[in-house]
Amino acid sequence: MSDPVSALGQMSYHGFAMVQEIGPLGMISLRAKPDVAGLVEVIWSVIGTALPTQRRIEVAGDTAIAWMSPDEYLLILPYDQTGPALAALAAALKSQHYLAVAVSDARAVFRITGVKADQVIAKLAPVDLDSMAVDEVRRTRVAQVAAAFWREGDGFTLVCFRSVAVYVMGLLTHSAMEGSELR
Amino acid sequence: MSTRLSRGGRLIDRSQAQEFTFNGRRLRGFAGDTLASALLSNDQVLVGRSFKYHRPRGIVASGAEEPNAIMNMGAGGRFEPNQRATTTELFAGLTATSQNHWPSLEFDIGVVNNWLARFLPGGFYYKTFMYPRAAWKHVFEPIIRKSAGLGRAPKEQDGDRYEHAYAFCDVLVAGGGIAGLQAALTAAAAGKRVMLLEQTAQWGGRAPVDGVEIDGAPSDTWVNAAIAALGKMPNVTLRLRCMVAGVYDHGYVLADEKIADHTPGDGRPRHRLWRIRAGKIVAATGAIERPLSFAGNDVPGVMLASAVRDYVVNFGVSAGDRTVVVTNNDDAYRTAIVLAEAGLAVPCIVDARPSVTGDLPARARALGIRVETGKAIASVKGTKRVTGVALCMQEGEGAVLEHIACEAVAMSGGWSPVVHLWSHCGGKLTWDAAQGYFAPDATRPPTGHDGAAMVVAVGAANGAFGVSAVLDDVQAGMRTAGNGSGVETPARRKEDAFKTTEIQPVWIMPQGAGIKLKAKMWLDYQNDVKVSDVQLAAREGYESVEHTKRYTTLGMATDQGKLSNINGLAILADALNAAIPQVGTTTFRPPYTPVPFGALAGESRGDIFQPLRRTPMHEWHEQHGAYFEPVGLWRRPYCFPRGGENHAQAVVREVDNTRGSLGILDASTLGKLIVKGPDAGRFLDMLYTGVMSTLPIGKCRYGLMCNENGFLSDDGVVARIDEDTWLCHTTSGGADRIHAHMEDWLQCEWWDWQVYTANVTEQYAQVAIVGPNARKMLEKIGGMDVSKEALPFMSWADGVLGGFPVRIYRISFSGELSYEITVPASLGLAFWQACHTAGVEFGAMPYGTEALHVMRAEKGFIMIGDETDGTVIPQDLNLAWAISKKKQDYLGKRGQERSFLVRADRWKLAGFETLDGTVVPDGAYILAEGVNDNGQRNTQGRVTSTYYSPTLKRGIALGLVLGGLDRIGDVVSFNTVTGGKLEARVVDPVFYDKDGAKQNV
Repeated sequence: MSDPVSALGQMSYHGFAMVQEIGPLGMISLRAKPDVAGLVEVIWSVIGTALPTQRRIEVAGDTAIAWMSPDEYLLILPYDQTGPALAALAAALKSQHYLAVAVSDARAVFRITGVKADQVIAKLAPVDLDSMAVDEVRRTRVAQVAAAFWREGDGFTLVCFRSVAVYVMGLLTHSAMEGSELR
Repeated sequence: MSTRLSRGGRLIDRSQAQEFTFNGRRLRGFAGDTLASALLSNDQVLVGRSFKYHRPRGIVASGAEEPNAIMNMGAGGRFEPNQRATTTELFAGLTATSQNHWPSLEFDIGVVNNWLARFLPGGFYYKTFMYPRAAWKHVFEPIIRKSAGLGRAPKEQDGDRYEHAYAFCDVLVAGGGIAGLQAALTAAAAGKRVMLLEQTAQWGGRAPVDGVEIDGAPSDTWVNAAIAALGKMPNVTLRLRCMVAGVYDHGYVLADEKIADHTPGDGRPRHRLWRIRAGKIVAATGAIERPLSFAGNDVPGVMLASAVRDYVVNFGVSAGDRTVVVTNNDDAYRTAIVLAEAGLAVPCIVDARPSVTGDLPARARALGIRVETGKAIASVKGTKRVTGVALCMQEGEGAVLEHIACEAVAMSGGWSPVVHLWSHCGGKLTWDAAQGYFAPDATRPPTGHDGAAMVVAVGAANGAFGVSAVLDDVQAGMRTAGNGSGVETPARRKEDAFKTTEIQPVWIMPQGAGIKLKAKMWLDYQNDVKVSDVQLAAREGYESVEHTKRYTTLGMATDQGKLSNINGLAILADALNAAIPQVGTTTFRPPYTPVPFGALAGESRGDIFQPLRRTPMHEWHEQHGAYFEPVGLWRRPYCFPRGGENHAQAVVREVDNTRGSLGILDASTLGKLIVKGPDAGRFLDMLYTGVMSTLPIGKCRYGLMCNENGFLSDDGVVARIDEDTWLCHTTSGGADRIHAHMEDWLQCEWWDWQVYTANVTEQYAQVAIVGPNARKMLEKIGGMDVSKEALPFMSWADGVLGGFPVRIYRISFSGELSYEITVPASLGLAFWQACHTAGVEFGAMPYGTEALHVMRAEKGFIMIGDETDGTVIPQDLNLAWAISKKKQDYLGKRGQERSFLVRADRWKLAGFETLDGTVVPDGAYILAEGVNDNGQRNTQGRVTSTYYSPTLKRGIALGLVLGGLDRIGDVVSFNTVTGGKLEARVVDPVFYDKDGAKQNV
């Protein structure tokens, strides 16, 4: 079997901040209410964190879980662990009302790093970054497409749909060009 | 002569000369000049022509209100028309040309309009070009458009780049003068997040020019200290060259930042559009000086008194050796004093007020300047530049008392607060009769989401003039706005000592002027609207100020009436014998000054103009010469031309090859929605017209979705995955819409149903293997049993094919043996390539959407968007078989029972074969006998899909026709664009393999 290929083959751009497409990254879209029996336990075992509260992301090493809506979470984990994680969820939530599907391949993931990384985002997303908490995740838009992002390390991780990866790379590149720093 | 003085100019750097060209002439200015000051320093008094009469126009102002010095700026990809010279910072290599003249600025043939002025009164166009109607389109409009118009439209693509930026703040201060700085200091000290935006390149506004002192020092010192203090505060953002363009609901503010206008080609974005959400907006936008209406007030050399002062103090430029000052207020005396102190002559100050006793006039008199009170200007001498003025009594009719030779006239009719930002969102104004201006009415502010005032106007923008009044007004304004008062207001202000004489509003000079003089008193310099035009409009019944504006074009020029507005409506009020507040103002609309289209577009141009959705195989398609077509935001291959094929030939080949052997289609864009939960079956039974809850696991079923009105909305194959999970295929363009439709019903109507949905469209690449050799090819790849027995038609199976984890659906949209195979998108390209490799021995070829369309039409399959247009119900398309008769309800059921949807005479689907084998034109109607009440030909149907069928080797069509399938055998006539007719026989819509034997092998 061939190796999975991310949307842009890890393309990168060095401007006043660095932009890099990363991945493939494992992702599972989980629809479930937070009080579903067994959910907290299975998230502890699969991700290693508690359930995130509203608009927050919980991180444990290379796994994380982000709050997406009152009954939706995004699980983030190494690409090859989505299968076992889905199996674990299925086993733990067998008789519960939930939906878990892999969306790793439906997404493109970007890292925007550097001390001015926030300025790249500020040109594209209507988000008040100064008041955004360290462990906050935002579902929003970048220019004309849907996106979500959160702080990670010395910058941000941004997720969008795979089909618009070229467009989003274009946006990030344009916004990170030298000479267009906001501050 | 206007010229550069040997001394002075606080903004220029005389050590840095900068060359620029104006109308091809090489001229020189200094760093820090505006284009306007540099032109004046080169004695370029004449800078353009007016719109209608092509009268000579000179620089009037020194800021954003300038109506005359409007230039074509730059060249090629950086060409931009209608740029104000007064707000354009000079840079080495700047090129500008004047506008609105032919053949040259000095000799303009259009000036003939000026001599015909009495035949071109207000409303001339409306009156003259009414009849004959056809003449407007073919004669008048082309000629008028040729002679009118300001700058030329850019011909090349914009060579610059632009961007947007989002910002959030508690307090946004518009204007970086004394008021704005003090407001920012106040809010910042209270811990607010503050943005302070100033449209020019300098802080401090007018104060440094007007000699204001604060705390015993020149205002420059205070301004610099304020900026230094603000610059150190982490909660403050300072932006120069950033014009607040508009205030919108809920504290949304747009601001246009000029980043690289003065440094073109340095790689930075030219403009940046700030999209700001502000808690409170402080309008510290200052005031604009009003012109006076006297005969010849448009002759180049007649300028605003404040502008004359600005040019001397800021740029060391004099408008002329001898300047006559004409005024109705004390402020203009500053200009006289500045000029005298700069060593220039002020032959006379003409003051319309009968007596003048203030401190400033006293200083002027002490400098030996002659002050004539109760006097007015009867007329200005000169055409392309001022040569002198004639004086008269203000109370009289204009009898000339004496002539005074001069090169410039500095006029001041008082100051009008800049209330635009206050007014954009509905802030109301009050008329101050004593001062002669509209000012913000603090009791009727624009309100935000909480009903509280959203904008507070402070300083001159609020009608507070003089540094004392300004600082007190800021303190009061900020306190009421709840933005703290933590900053001590500077106590000692020099102006406190000033005694002034009240302004006397003067709308016509002299007040008894006759029609001859009034026809030479300009209100709107750019659009040539005179006092006489507004009075004529009033006589002709235009009582509304909004109507008068449009009738006369007063204030409709690119300066949007910044100078003409108040004067114009004062004239209108007088002509209507009404009070000025009764007449009111025209509406203040954003933007405050023009914002380039490029800034509004931001990053949205070129490759990132619009998001284009690409499948994992997109690059392969590009490399293999695909011709793409848009499908929603997707780009899908329409066909893959080979060699010298045109598109039609490629489509024929692709259809023939697929039907004859093997075709491969990128079907990744097909919508894929997972629906899961205990109530999922019941939910789908409501969504689809058919029954999905009974679908056995492992099987597929075709379904139709309607909207609440019963009209067909989407279709696709549904697969039952497990006990409580279904996968719904939607059309390529419909995935997001149908997902939203599902969530809408689940969240808003059936919120207690236990159903979850997920859109997994992009998780999978999907490849259709189509044609009689499809099975052989899959067997060659190997790994799954794809036999008729193991994987019958309308079923699906998971497995591993050639090492790829796949799900295979045995569904067919072509009528051939067909497998649609999904793999994770990350493996999509690899799987696609593996299919082509395996397909070589069968002559496999990729096919595009047009071949797909042709093949489905040959089978009589409907296409959402072709056979449907939002007015078609499934019954119209003979799809009653897909509608459950047993179900109590489904979305659209009740709608479909409405009388006009069950009428027997609805147009219904049928097939058509032209008698001569040609193809029916797209969009053709089926003609019926006679004409309707409008004299139009009656119709009895229309074509919905029409193609050349390579399989039948003739034109085929699907269409809706009165009677539908009952008409089979009839010959009907389609209209053609050329007025002809095309005869076709009504046939069964399934043209190919009616029994479905080929897809079921």
